[in-house]
Amino acid sequence: MSAPQSILPLEVRQLVYEAGGTRLLHDINLTLNHTQRTVILGPNGAGKSLLLRLCHGLLKPTSGEIVWRGAGTRDQPIRHQAMVFQRPVMLRRSAHANITHALKLRDVSRSERPERANAALALAGLSDLADRPARLMSGGEQQRLALARAWVTEPDVLFLDEPTASLDPAATRAVETLIEGFHAAGTKIIMATHDLGQARRLADEIVFLNKGRLLEHAPAKQFLERPDTREGRAFITGDLLW
Amino acid sequence: MNTILNAFAEAGVLLASFDSDFLAIVGLSLRVSLSAVLIACLIGFPLGAAVALFRFPGRGAVALMLNTFMGLPPVVVGLIVFLILSRSGPLGVLGLLFTPTAMIIAQAILVTPIIAALTRQIIEDLWGEYSEHLRSLNAGPLDTLGTLIYDARFSLSTAVLAGFGRAIAEVGAVMIVGGNIDHATRVMTTAIALETSKGNLATALGLGIVLLVIALAVNAGVQIINAMGARKDAIA
Ligand SMILES: Nc1ncnc2c1ncn2[C@@H]1O[C@H](COP(=O)(O)OP(=O)(O)OP(=O)(O)O)[C@@H](O)[C@H]1O
Ligand SMILES: [Mg+2]
Repeated sequence: MSAPQSILPLEVRQLVYEAGGTRLLHDINLTLNHTQRTVILGPNGAGKSLLLRLCHGLLKPTSGEIVWRGAGTRDQPIRHQAMVFQRPVMLRRSAHANITHALKLRDVSRSERPERANAALALAGLSDLADRPARLMSGGEQQRLALARAWVTEPDVLFLDEPTASLDPAATRAVETLIEGFHAAGTKIIMATHDLGQARRLADEIVFLNKGRLLEHAPAKQFLERPDTREGRAFITGDLLW
Repeated sequence: MNTILNAFAEAGVLLASFDSDFLAIVGLSLRVSLSAVLIACLIGFPLGAAVALFRFPGRGAVALMLNTFMGLPPVVVGLIVFLILSRSGPLGVLGLLFTPTAMIIAQAILVTPIIAALTRQIIEDLWGEYSEHLRSLNAGPLDTLGTLIYDARFSLSTAVLAGFGRAIAEVGAVMIVGGNIDHATRVMTTAIALETSKGNLATALGLGIVLLVIALAVNAGVQIINAMGARKDAIA
């Protein structure tokens, strides 16, 4: 987690992604450093999830490059990243075992795993549910478990794809507090959302996508108050009209 | 009607007496079918998982073949194994025809496609669900396979039981390659066929009851495993 050894900054150069003969992302250029919380904003279908997956290395770009420029980039960069998906995958195991599984894949020694899993569960307020089958937990509990499971591997970068979609206000607040905590501990946060309120609360900088194009990359305050583009203004007023 | 009632009574006596010939037949049945299922698992699990996880040329054809072979008629399998093991066949020199080994081979051929096809389906479904998480964790092929097989353990064990149910109940293949030789290759199903044709209803019924009990145990096992899975690990 230490900044000098981080894999950041992340440089995205002329990234294009096509699937089924359709260009879904057009010529994205973007550099993200490690200090700021980046929020990717955009309407449904803008390409937010695709961009996260491409940056994380789950999808291969059709053309263009994704390069981790940090001093900490030695082996596979994906080993220094974690991602919480829009719909988190819950293994058919207990909450605790979901976390020890992730630790095992990160080559954490068997003796160390249970304790670190307990610490992660405590952080997410799930200590009482350690033995509960993950798939029987509520949506909010699963979302928090997914965060704990991502955090426990001590990533340099944490990708979050709408981590609070479909959560109630209390669960949303709990998850946002967790995200704040990770940021404070030095983890780079890259989060997709179309919730403007959340962007206001969490973002240092905004990347605004629309129809597969990157239209704005600006400090959060600037974008949220004075978007440069017509689409950006429409997106923000759309929220106010709701 | 009376004959049937008598037969039931005699069957009860036979079961209660632990007749050694009778037990030998039941024992051989279990030995042959359990061995066949074990072999089928050793081949079917990796084969099914490989077809589910890896892209290779001919993958679609293998999947289609597995599904087709799930319903292989036992007599056809028996015939093919017979031809291969018969004196003039390619493996005739081994002298395996009319031995329990031949019966195990035939049943393993019957059961392997069942276990492989079910494994493929189970692992493929789970992989569809888990792939992004596992790739995000940078899991290698072994860890991926281990995770999937462990998390599918309940569904996979029901596949094994399905295979065993098929093996223990089939008569065509073991009849052809085993020959139903007394004290050598006689198993429950072939004995039932023989005793019935000889009019020996008591023995036939006694064996039939044992077969039914085994089938019952297998299905109860499936149900218990599913219930356990649903409770402990939320399979559903
Ligand atoms: N494999 C694919 N093949 C074809 N089209 C795809 C594929 N994956 C995504 N798309 C399309 O690409 C577009 C962007 O998808 P993406 O999931 O990135 O949107 P998003 O910004 O995350 O939207 P949401 O806010 O609804 O989550 C969508 O129109 C989607 O239908
Ligand atoms: Mg999305």
